[in-house]
Amino acid sequence: MLLFFFMVVTVLRDTNLLVRQQMPKADQVEKLKKDRSIFIFAGKPRSRYQDIYGTEAKIQIGDKYTPISNLKFALTGLRAKLRPELQSFVMVALKVDGDTNTGLVTDIKQELRELNMLKLIYITSQGNELEN
Amino acid sequence: MARRSTPEVNAGSMADIAFLLLIFFLVTTTIEKDKGIARQLPPIEDIIDPPIIKQKNLFIVNVNRNDQLLVEEKLMDVKDLRQAAINFLDNGGAPASSPEYCNFCQGKRSPSSSDNPEKAVISVQNDRLTSYRMYIIVQNELVAAYNYLRDRESERLYGWKFTQMKRDVDEGNYNGNVEAAREKLENIQKLIPLKLSEAEPKKTGS
Repeated sequence: MLLFFFMVVTVLRDTNLLVRQQMPKADQVEKLKKDRSIFIFAGKPRSRYQDIYGTEAKIQIGDKYTPISNLKFALTGLRAKLRPELQSFVMVALKVDGDTNTGLVTDIKQELRELNMLKLIYITSQGNELEN
Repeated sequence: MARRSTPEVNAGSMADIAFLLLIFFLVTTTIEKDKGIARQLPPIEDIIDPPIIKQKNLFIVNVNRNDQLLVEEKLMDVKDLRQAAINFLDNGGAPASSPEYCNFCQGKRSPSSSDNPEKAVISVQNDRLTSYRMYIIVQNELVAAYNYLRDRESERLYGWKFTQMKRDVDEGNYNGNVEAAREKLENIQKLIPLKLSEAEPKKTGS
């Protein structure tokens, strides 16, 4: 019984995280609609990659680091993989580490505006930063 | 010819194998439930003449590179931001004779603060070096202020909480008339529109 349950719910991770992900907490949240979202990860490289890639915050899309200049190309590619009827409702999920500078996020948002992908969602973890 | 008995498969280790599989799937399972603050970006377009917003209808939140808050040119603790935003949105400063009079506001009705929630705009200015954590805290508090007012108004008009109903409708847990509920949700959103503007961050902080 348990075995079957876990066999069914298991989803193998399709991306290997290259950046640190400690999302800030928030409580005024909405649920993410998975079928129409594409993910952007950002943050400092994880400790085991820091020897190679340094400690400067980077953007990750799919399985690799993407420079900001290449963001549009990568995102259009991801959008094309969604189901065609949902492509116009695409939502960008930003998973950004709490210690990143806002400047990087602003750069991403500027690129998104130029691509006309205007709906975005800042993924947060549960809780409230002020209550501790 | 003697009938041979069918050879039996040794099934003694099946329980062990199933157990190992169970442990494998237990370990690899990650139940993902992503939640977050949804936001709409403004489209890029050349605005020929930008709408003029009166100073009193503008609530400026400035966050500097050291994550300090400057609200309406006064230093403020982030804990007080939510209440300050509620006070600003709920002020209803337009005089009773004008068409912009806000008949549901419960604020101080000070003429130097916002006319009504529809006119009120909250503008957030970040430095490039502001931490993302602080940015999310500020956004969260401001959305909380809007949600507080929307909850209050929907409770007064329809007897249910806006946030609760929106979640139910979005997740398909609402049993009543979904179309009617959606319309009511839109009414509330029109009554108290979320007007959060974000200026592009300055290169150097002050």
